[in-house]
Amino acid sequence: MITYFLCLVLFSIGLFCAVRKRNIIKIIIGIGIMEYAVNLFFILIGYRAQGRSPILARDQAITNIVDPLPQAVALTAIVIGLAVMLMLVALAIRIYERYGTFDITKINRLKE
Amino acid sequence: MIEINILLVFMIAAALIAVQVKDLLSSVIGIGAVGIGLSMAFLVMKAPDLAIMQLVVEILSLIILIRATIRKDLPFSTSGRWAFNTISTIIFLILFLVFAYLSFANIHTFGNPAIKTSQEYLSHVQGKAANLNIVESIMLRYRAVDTLGEASVLFAVVIGVLAIARRAWRRDGAE
Repeated sequence: MITYFLCLVLFSIGLFCAVRKRNIIKIIIGIGIMEYAVNLFFILIGYRAQGRSPILARDQAITNIVDPLPQAVALTAIVIGLAVMLMLVALAIRIYERYGTFDITKINRLKE
Repeated sequence: MIEINILLVFMIAAALIAVQVKDLLSSVIGIGAVGIGLSMAFLVMKAPDLAIMQLVVEILSLIILIRATIRKDLPFSTSGRWAFNTISTIIFLILFLVFAYLSFANIHTFGNPAIKTSQEYLSHVQGKAANLNIVESIMLRYRAVDTLGEASVLFAVVIGVLAIARRAWRRDGAE
């Protein structure tokens, strides 16, 4: 139970960073930390104590392997997370080109 | 299961450093440490496919983030209602953690999963024995349309990044 809680602490650190920081790069880092925590929570949900990797063997049964379904889901989520981070960094570089700063409180000129 | 707790404490410490340090490059290195810790945690949690994938993705995102932050820095400013906003954010996060901890009573304890959906998958996979790796079997047989959607999302992101950043990168090359 303490493991689930530590994973949620990691999620709240990412949430704090995304909500409270002003630098766009710090916000991207916070979103990344949240994403890591959610992926890890999927795997923690499917873990079986003293379980084996989900690879077929002769004596492999459903009672002695970890749950393979959350792993298949998280595999997709990791790649999509990379795509999201790429998109965010491209937007941040574009904002820096236009405004000369990463500070979100200074980006208030809507048009010029 | 002490290893996963040690790794989680390491990841929390690296995340705190990444959040609080002033230098942006050090912050990016901090999130790199979190990602490598996550890769090791996947390995401890018996998910080798995820560990490999996470390592590759972490290296790629680290390169992209360093490209974004190099030679660009921002001084730390405490203008506005800094203390009030920070304290209220922390209070709400503590409330979130308390309610999340209370809700843990409704899910199974750590290490005893209720495998129901995967059992159906596994019985089919075992009969056909198409692929020894069960995760790959689920990806390719039962979630194939989802994998196709993932590929199309990647193409959409490439088009989007080109549309957003094309002019900026051309100007960089001209320098």
